[in-house]
Amino acid sequence: MIRILTVVMAGMSVVACHTTPAGPERFGFGRPATQQETDSVNISIAPDGKGLPPGEGRTAAGRAIFIAKCAPCHGPTGTEVAAYRLVAPMGDTSHVKAIGNYWPYATTLFDYIRRAMPFNAPGTLSNEEVYHLTAFLLSSNQVIDSNTIINAHTLPAIDMPARKLYVNDDRRGGHEVR
Amino acid sequence: MKKEKIARRTLLQAAAMSALGALIPGASAQQAPPEVWADPTKTPGVPVGKLGSRSPFERPEKKASDISARSPLQDFYGIITPSDLHFERSHNGVPNIDPDKYELLIHGMVERPTVFTLRDLKRFPALSRIAFIECSGNFRTGKETMTPQEICGLTSQSEWTGVMLSTLFREVGVSPKATWFLAEGSDAAVMTRSIPVSKGWQDAMIAYAQNGEAIRPQQGYPARLFLPGWEGNTNVKWIRRIELSDQPFMTREETSKYTETIRGGKIRQFSFDMDARSIITYPSYPQQVMRGWIEIRGIAWSGRGKISRVELSTDAGRHWHTATLQEPVLDKAHTYFRYLWRWDGQHTEIMSRAVDDTGYIQPTLQQLTAARGTDMGGYHLNPVTAWIIQRDGTVLFKPEKFR
Repeated sequence: MIRILTVVMAGMSVVACHTTPAGPERFGFGRPATQQETDSVNISIAPDGKGLPPGEGRTAAGRAIFIAKCAPCHGPTGTEVAAYRLVAPMGDTSHVKAIGNYWPYATTLFDYIRRAMPFNAPGTLSNEEVYHLTAFLLSSNQVIDSNTIINAHTLPAIDMPARKLYVNDDRRGGHEVR
Repeated sequence: MKKEKIARRTLLQAAAMSALGALIPGASAQQAPPEVWADPTKTPGVPVGKLGSRSPFERPEKKASDISARSPLQDFYGIITPSDLHFERSHNGVPNIDPDKYELLIHGMVERPTVFTLRDLKRFPALSRIAFIECSGNFRTGKETMTPQEICGLTSQSEWTGVMLSTLFREVGVSPKATWFLAEGSDAAVMTRSIPVSKGWQDAMIAYAQNGEAIRPQQGYPARLFLPGWEGNTNVKWIRRIELSDQPFMTREETSKYTETIRGGKIRQFSFDMDARSIITYPSYPQQVMRGWIEIRGIAWSGRGKISRVELSTDAGRHWHTATLQEPVLDKAHTYFRYLWRWDGQHTEIMSRAVDDTGYIQPTLQQLTAARGTDMGGYHLNPVTAWIIQRDGTVLFKPEKFR
């Protein structure tokens, strides 16, 4: 009898160790976000163009902004500084990963330039400036011709040359090295 | 006063970014030796204080470049990385965030878009977990005079405490149709990664504590995303926004940066899991050993589960032996191993290889090259690394060429 009780109690204590009172589905912590405050911080751009603002960009205007605000790090044409090289069209022999030969989506350019550049003054470019820079970099990488206007409609439609090279991770653990 | 401080900090950061800044980490090597008391039993000791400190004789340091700082793996005796020695990687510096103004917004494909303050996050049921975070670019080679810190010091381990993301997902009512979420930091790079929602439900955490205290600024103060076993970059620090979506955002980090070229000119994306790996931290360069008994020591870890064993070779890979694992052996965690070896004084090579509970065996560099091609990229390289023991007892790294 004592032995049985001990076993039962041991079993109960195991259960007790691993059980906490079931929490509610919701705690009610936090406050509702208003649409306005969500819009004010939501700067992400999806590959289908969702999130792109009004405005348009042209290569010539982009070149002028690039020389003024980007050239100190990237060089006047985006090819001069190996570590920060931006321009290398598909088939380029320089062995660097740049926009033309590596980036799979054109929308990433707008998203990244607007959120993080210029490095010493991030987040200071206007949407219009970002569109101009996007146009300049895409034409420098021979993805578009220099007359193409970049806007919320044309940017997500661009077929980036490197896109077809991308595959999803196929490593799965187990015996095989991938 | 406060403004002045910030300005000075900015200047220091600017200095660290310059080539001159590279000289700063070496500066402490020239520090004067610590004061020694002839007989500590005859001199009253230092009174109690408000903060502890290392012995002045111990000077472990991170090794900093302009974008990252590596943990001194060779100085660790256990599996927890002291918080001030945790590796560091940022994309435009460490932000200075007021915890009272901190907010995390969760929105997008949710029923109730919600803003959580830090206080809100701390009110939820909490969980602690010991696990590593490793940068997927964590491999350097090229010369014999490299330390464990230089070879793979972009991995560190802490006890992380926070609220499970699944708890917050239930709180905001994540749509069953949401498949990805964007995690966004409040640093100057406003760093973003897209993460499958399944990881959010599985074991993701919004962590606000590290080794029992508030997270250090370098690790994401006041709150970061913590994704056990996944490449460091996805563990977004200083997290300010989570946006639920039905597609990945294809951010700069997950396309042009944290992807790797593999065989056939292909580029592998969303390589989240960190494969199993190990490194011998003793003996290693620049240590010196003597003939006789040597306890070989090191760490092994896998982002896919537990380490099931670590194998050791002391004859350049001809024979392998099983090392002793120090408990606890935790899931997705640095595991300490030891192997007692009697060195006969002959020139040899010693190396370790980790095996995890999926059956994965840490590969050689040749196996990685065979699988991925000679143009393989620099991410997710976890090769077996060997140390050369010379007859005079000097230990050198054995660099291997791969491109």
